[in-house]
Amino acid sequence: MRDLRLALRAGGGFGLGLAFFLIMTVMVPLSVGPQPDLLASIAPGVLWLGALLACLLSLDRLLALDWEDGSLDLLATAPLPLESTVTIKALAHWITTGLPLVLAAPVLGVLLNLPLAGFKWVVISLLLGTPALSVIGTFGAALTVGLKRGGLLMSLLVMPLYMPTLIFGAEVARRGAIGMDVQTPLLMLAGISAASIALLPFASAAVLRINLR
Amino acid sequence: MLAGLSFTLAPGQALILRGPNGIGKTTLLRTIAGLQPPVSGFVEGGEDMIAYAGHSDGIKPTLTVTENLNFWASVFGTKTIELALSAFDLEPLQDRPAGVLSAGQKRRLGLSRMLVTGRPIWVLDEPTVSLDVKSVQMFATAVRAHLAQGGSALIATHIDLGLDSEVLELGPFKAKAPALDNFDGAFL
Repeated sequence: MRDLRLALRAGGGFGLGLAFFLIMTVMVPLSVGPQPDLLASIAPGVLWLGALLACLLSLDRLLALDWEDGSLDLLATAPLPLESTVTIKALAHWITTGLPLVLAAPVLGVLLNLPLAGFKWVVISLLLGTPALSVIGTFGAALTVGLKRGGLLMSLLVMPLYMPTLIFGAEVARRGAIGMDVQTPLLMLAGISAASIALLPFASAAVLRINLR
Repeated sequence: MLAGLSFTLAPGQALILRGPNGIGKTTLLRTIAGLQPPVSGFVEGGEDMIAYAGHSDGIKPTLTVTENLNFWASVFGTKTIELALSAFDLEPLQDRPAGVLSAGQKRRLGLSRMLVTGRPIWVLDEPTVSLDVKSVQMFATAVRAHLAQGGSALIATHIDLGLDSEVLELGPFKAKAPALDNFDGAFL
């Protein structure tokens, strides 16, 4: 199982997501203009949107590479249940994409004039929310794995599924930044993450089996 | 695609499947390996005993030969890869990234994976593509050794491997009518 993670890490260009996140958050202050107050109020939302899009960008390669070189067929016939294979895939995606985004977010928050109280909540909300993004993304990748240009279709399929995570995640960060009570959106976000981690691997494995036919 | 086909594979036995392109050899092998369900009929024996190798080798180009094999060995819960390396003469290549290997060398790596699976039934789809004469001999030796240990092999191929085995011609089993009679209308 450990090797699977290793294989994934070596196999994909996962720096792409982080680079995208960096570029986007650096560009936002330049395009919005020199208005520190405005920047401070949109910072949590921008950080969350950047993280989400960066995640989306790297989903393409999640299963497509294994599909192309045939290892997906072989993994499906291996003794490892497909459910745990996709869970590991999602975990590997989170480690290579989600975790770097969480760590980069406070640094980039400085560029966006994020209020001091917000740093903690941006990191906490991303830490809670990005696993859900990875798991939902794996489901989307599993749905479109056999398709030649599946990237576009996958983005369209995954986008609505990402909405709740984005809404509650950004809400936690926004409320945290202006010092409001964060409990309700925080619980909702944690609930979304827990539910998708618990349920979606089974759905992903099921659609993968159908796609491999 | 195929209809009325029935055969059994005993331990120590190899069965060669032959038939023109497009007759359904790959479909048959994928069905037996459990990757797709049969339209009708059944496969007896269990997916847990089958090691499948298809057209593509499932090799990660950024990992070395040893890392690739070690990965599959840990997935299948077997320990040693030395046997697999020596059977296909991969020792001189073992620290090279798989991405720089030639097509034949990749194929050998893909086939050596069968040895680390430790499963009794080998299902091989065109295993000798892009192998040279010497490597085909290597492969035939590996299959013979596998059969001698009580394993069995089901091989779709066009060339003569020099194995002492039965040959099943798939031509006569071609399905007459389109096999979509019980197609699930809910998908339309």
